[in-house]
Amino acid sequence: MASVPHIAVIGGGSTGIGIARDLSMRGVDVTLVEQGNLTHGTTGRMHGLLHSGGRYAVADQKSATECIEENRVLRDIASHCVEMTGGLFVKRPEDTEEYFQKKLEGCKECGIPAEVVSREEARQMEPHLAKDIDKAITVPDGAIDPFRLVVANAASAKEHGARIETHTKVTDLLVEDDEVVGIEVEHASGAGKHVHGVEGGTEEIYADYVVNATGAWAGRIGDMAGVDIEVRPSKGVMTIMNIRQVDTVINRCKPKGDADIVVPHETTAILGTTDEEVDDPEDYPEKQWEVDHMIDTLSELVPMLEDARTIRSFWGVRPLYEPPNVGSDDPTDITRDYFLLDHDERDNLQGMTSIVGGKFTTYRMMGEEISDHVCEKFGIDAECRTADVPLPGSEDFSVLRDYMDEFGLRSPIGRRSVERLGSRADEVLKTDGPNPTVCECEGVTRAEVQDAIDQSGSDLNAVRIRTRSSMGNCQGGFCCHRMANELYGEYDELTTREAWDELLQERWKGQRHALWGQQLSQAMLNYAMHAATQNRDNDPADGTPIDFSAFDNGQAVTTGDDAGATDVATDGGQHGD
Amino acid sequence: MAIESDVLVIGGGLAGLTSALSAARSGADVRLVSYKQSTLRNASGLVDILGYTPNGEGPLTDPYDAIPDLPSEHPYKTVGLETVRESMELFDEVTPQYRGSHTDTNALLPTHGGTIKPTARYPAGASAGVASDSRDVLLVGLESMTDFNAEHAAAHLDAAGVPFDVRGETIRFPGELRADAKVTRYAKMLDTNSEVTVRGRKKPVREAIAELVNTEIENESRVGFPAVLGDDHTAEIRQELGEKIGADVFEVPMGPPSLPGLRLEDRLFEALDEAGGMFETGNPVEDFEAEDGHIEHVLVEKNGAMVPYSADEFVLATGGLVGKGINSDREGVFEPIFDCHIDHSEDRYDWFDTEAFGDHPFASFGVTTDDRLRPLDGSGDLEFENLRAAGSVLGGYDFAAEKSGSGVSIATGYEAGNHAATEAQ
Ligand SMILES: Cc1cc2nc3c(=O)[nH]c(=O)nc-3n(C[C@H](O)[C@H](O)[C@H](O)COP(=O)(O)OP(=O)(O)OC[C@H]3O[C@@H](n4cnc5c(N)ncnc54)[C@H](O)[C@@H]3O)c2cc1C
Ligand SMILES: Cc1cc2nc3c(=O)[nH]c(=O)nc-3n(C[C@H](O)[C@H](O)[C@H](O)COP(=O)(O)OP(=O)(O)OC[C@H]3O[C@@H](n4cnc5c(N)ncnc54)[C@H](O)[C@@H]3O)c2cc1C
Repeated sequence: MASVPHIAVIGGGSTGIGIARDLSMRGVDVTLVEQGNLTHGTTGRMHGLLHSGGRYAVADQKSATECIEENRVLRDIASHCVEMTGGLFVKRPEDTEEYFQKKLEGCKECGIPAEVVSREEARQMEPHLAKDIDKAITVPDGAIDPFRLVVANAASAKEHGARIETHTKVTDLLVEDDEVVGIEVEHASGAGKHVHGVEGGTEEIYADYVVNATGAWAGRIGDMAGVDIEVRPSKGVMTIMNIRQVDTVINRCKPKGDADIVVPHETTAILGTTDEEVDDPEDYPEKQWEVDHMIDTLSELVPMLEDARTIRSFWGVRPLYEPPNVGSDDPTDITRDYFLLDHDERDNLQGMTSIVGGKFTTYRMMGEEISDHVCEKFGIDAECRTADVPLPGSEDFSVLRDYMDEFGLRSPIGRRSVERLGSRADEVLKTDGPNPTVCECEGVTRAEVQDAIDQSGSDLNAVRIRTRSSMGNCQGGFCCHRMANELYGEYDELTTREAWDELLQERWKGQRHALWGQQLSQAMLNYAMHAATQNRDNDPADGTPIDFSAFDNGQAVTTGDDAGATDVATDGGQHGD
Repeated sequence: MAIESDVLVIGGGLAGLTSALSAARSGADVRLVSYKQSTLRNASGLVDILGYTPNGEGPLTDPYDAIPDLPSEHPYKTVGLETVRESMELFDEVTPQYRGSHTDTNALLPTHGGTIKPTARYPAGASAGVASDSRDVLLVGLESMTDFNAEHAAAHLDAAGVPFDVRGETIRFPGELRADAKVTRYAKMLDTNSEVTVRGRKKPVREAIAELVNTEIENESRVGFPAVLGDDHTAEIRQELGEKIGADVFEVPMGPPSLPGLRLEDRLFEALDEAGGMFETGNPVEDFEAEDGHIEHVLVEKNGAMVPYSADEFVLATGGLVGKGINSDREGVFEPIFDCHIDHSEDRYDWFDTEAFGDHPFASFGVTTDDRLRPLDGSGDLEFENLRAAGSVLGGYDFAAEKSGSGVSIATGYEAGNHAATEAQ
C-alpha cells in the first residue's frame, strides 16, 4: 500500500467537504467529486440553524450533546459563517407545562445552557412575539450560512492539496474482486457548459479507498456495487420572508410538529419546516398547502408573519438513516444521528465506507470520525486538527472593522461584504478599479462577484451561493444580467449566455411558491424586464436567423435632431406637418 | 364643494395620459389623478405595438398584419385595427421626439441585455442604433455601470447575426462620481456639461468623453452609449458628442430607472397640459360611491382625508401587477378600487408556468370588458355603466412575451378617452 493513500470522496455537501478538509490536513491525498456545484444537495437546501441541541434535548440526547459540542467548535473555527443570534423555546398557553420542564431538564442533562424567561422578558427580546405566550427558554442557537461554510472548507482542503471537481458525477464504481478500487465519473464541463476543472468527457479515477458521502443519494452509490444502504429521504419545506421579523431563533416548545421554527438569516427570516418521507430525493411534490401551513402555524408565535411578504420557498431532503432492525413508521421518529457503514464489515465489499444521517451542525465531527476510520485502515497516525484551525475567512477576527472609507463602499454594503468575507475582506475588496454594487438587495459588489468567479468558474449559480448575489427581495430581477456582465470577458459569449439562462431558471424555481401580493408584482416586473426590455425569452442569438433587411432600417430618419416630425423625410407616414 | 369634471381618469401612465389627451381633444373637461410614477419609469421607452404573436411567432415585420388574427379576448381585437392606427397617429403627433412613423414595419433595436427586440416607435436618441442599418457600430460602456457591459453586448449582438461589425469598449466616466452613482447623476453632469479634471486639466465633461471615445474608435460610423445622455438636453448632447467623435451617436435603452421612459412620461404630461387637461399626482384613489351601477364619485385620499371627485365618466388606467392596478393575496387576484372582476384560477399554483419564460397566466391577469371597454363582472354583465378600463389593467394579453405593452396602452387609452368624452357630452 502506498505511503500516502489516495482517497476518493463522493459528494460535495457539508459531510463530504468536511471529510476532504480533514483528510487533506492529515496529509492524505484526496479527490472530491460532486455532480452539481458545491452544496447542490441537502446542504444547499437546509434551514441555516446552528443547533444548540435544544431541539433534540428530550427525544434524542446523543444528537443533542453532539450539537452543543460542535456549536461551540463552529463559533470558533467558522466565525465568519455564524451569527450567534441566540434561540428561544416559546411556550404558548396550549402547550404543556410538563414538556416545558422536560425540555429544560433535557438541556441541562446535555450541557446546553438554558434559562427560563418570562413573557415580558421574551417579548422584550423579540417584540413581535405573540402577546399571549406564556414564557420561554433561552438556548445558544445560532444562524449559519451553509454556502460560505462549505466554500471555506473547500478552500482549506485545496490549500492542503485536495483536488475538488464540481459538475462531475459518479456514474459507476470500479469494482475488482469484491473491492472498490475507484470511481468512474462524467465531467459536465466543456465549451458552452460550465468551464471549470477538467473539460468534458468521462474519467476513471482509481483510489485506494472510496468514501460515499452522498447523503440522500447514498443508496444509489451503494447500488452501483450491489450493496443496500437504507436511506430514508424525508422532505421539508422552508419559506423565506423578505425581512427579519425576528432576530432570535424562535422554536415552539412542543414535542414534535411541523412549522415550529423561525430562523433569522442575513436580511431574511426563514420559516420551517415539515418532515415527510419521499421516494426520490430529486423528484418529489412541492405543494401550496405546505407553504400556507408554515405561515398560518408560525403566525401563532409571530402574528405579523400572517401578512408579511415571502420571497420564495424551497424544499430539502434529509438523508435519514435507520439501522435495519428499527422500523419507525413516522420519519420524525428516526434518529438524527449519523452512521458510519463500513461495507467490508457489513457487506464483504472492501474499499468503501458510506456515511449517512447526521446534521449540518455536526458535519465536522462526522468528518473527524470517518477520517479516523480511514487513517486507521492505512496505519496513518495523524491528529485531527479541524476543531482547532480556523477556516479561511475566520482566521483573524480583527479585520471585521468598518471598511467603508477604505474601500469606498457605502456603509451597509461595506459592512455586509466584510461580514461575508471575514478575514478575506482585504484580499478580495482591494481592487484597482471602481467597485460598484452588482446586487443591491444583498449589497454585493463587483469585487466579490469577481472573486467568486475566480473560485467557481462559469457557473453563476455557484457565484450566487458564494456571494448571495440575486438572493434578496427582487430574486435576481435587477442583477442576473449584471452577474452575466461580470462573467463575460473571462468566458465567451455562449458560455455566459448559458450560465445566465441557468441562473434565471434557478431563480424562478423557488419564487413560484411565493407568488401572491408584492412578490407576484415583483415577478411580473422581473418578467417584463427580462422579456419586454431584454427580449431574453426570444433571444435572437438562440433562435433561427433573422432577415434583418425585412425590418425598418431607420433610413427615413435624420439623426441628432429632436426638432419634430416636420423635418423627417416621410415615405408613407401620413402625419407630421 | 365636490370637484367635478366630465371625465375623470385614474392613473397617469401611458394609458391614462393617452386617454385624458384624447378626451380633452374631443372637447371634454378632463381631470387626471395619479398616485405614483408610472410603469414608464421601468420600461425601455420603446413603444411596441406587436413583436410576436401570442403563440410566439416572430419577430413580426408588420404588427398591423397580425392584429386581425389575435384571439378575441385580446384588447387589440376589442378596439379594432383602425383604432390602433388612429391612436398611433395621435401618439406620433404629440411626440415629435419619436421615430418609426414613416413605415408600418417594425424596427429591431438593441437593448442593454445585448439582444435586439422588435418595436414600432423609438426615441430619436435610439434611432441611429437600429439593427437593420448596415453601418458598423462601436458600443461604449461605463466602467462602473454594471447594467451594461459594452463588450458583452457587442458579442451578443454578433451572435444574433446583425448585418454589421460591432465592437465594445469600456471607458471610465470622467469626473468624481461615486461607483454607485445613479443614472440621473450622469445625466445631470451631461445636461449641465460640468467641468471635470482630466490629468490635471479642467474641461467640459462632453469634451472629455469624446476624447476618450476618440482613442477607441476605429472606422465605426455609429457609437452607442447606455441611455444616460441627459434628461433636459438630450438631443444637444448627442449632437455635440456626434460632432466631436465624427459619428452618429445613439442611446441603448436600459432597465429601471429608464431615462427614455421618464422623458416620454414628461412629454405626455406636457401634451395633456397643452390640450387643456387638468392633472394632479401624489394621492391615490381609494374608494368610490355608486348607485344603481352608476359611479357618482371616487374618493381620493389626501393627508388622511377622503376627498370626493365626481364626474360623468370614469376611466380606470391604474396599470397591471406592476402599476398596482391589479393586486393579489393568498386568496386571489383583485382590482383594488372598484373590485372589478378578474378572471383567475382558485389554485394559485395555476397562476404560473414552471419555466421562467413559460406561458404565465399571471402575465395576462386583468379586467375583461365589453366592446366599449367597460369592465364586466363574473357573469358577463357590466360592473358600472360609466366606467371604462384602459392599459395594463386590462386582461387577455401578455405584453412582455408579445412586446405589445405601450401599443395596447395607447390604443385602449385612446378608445376609452374617446368613448368617455362622447358619453359625457
Ligand atoms: C428541511 C431541512 C432542514 C434542515 N435544517 C438543518 C438545520 O437547520 N441545521 C442543521 O444542522 N441541519 C439541518 N438539516 C440537515 C442537514 O441539512 C443535512 O444533514 C446535511 O446538509 C447533509 O449533508 P450531506 O453532505 O450529508 O448531504 P448533501 O448535502 O445532500 O450532499 C450530498 C452530495 O452528493 C452529491 N451526489 C449525489 N450523487 C452523486 C453522484 N452520483 N456523483 C457525485 N455527486 C453526487 C449530491 O449532489 C450532493 O451535493 C436540514 C435538512 C433538511 C432536509
Ligand atoms: C420592466 C418593463 C419593461 C417594459 N418594456 C417595454 C417596452 O420595451 N416596450 C413597450 O412597448 N412596453 C414596455 N413595457 C410595458 C409598458 O411600459 C406598459 O404596458 C405601460 O407603460 C402600461 O401603462 P399603463 O398606463 O397601463 O399603466 P402604468 O404605467 O402602470 O400606470 C398606472 C398608473 O396608475 C397609478 N395608480 C395605480 N393605482 C392608483 C390609484 N389607486 N389611484 C391613483 N392612481 C393610481 C400608478 O401610480 C401609475 O401612475 C414594459 C413594462 C415593464 C414593467
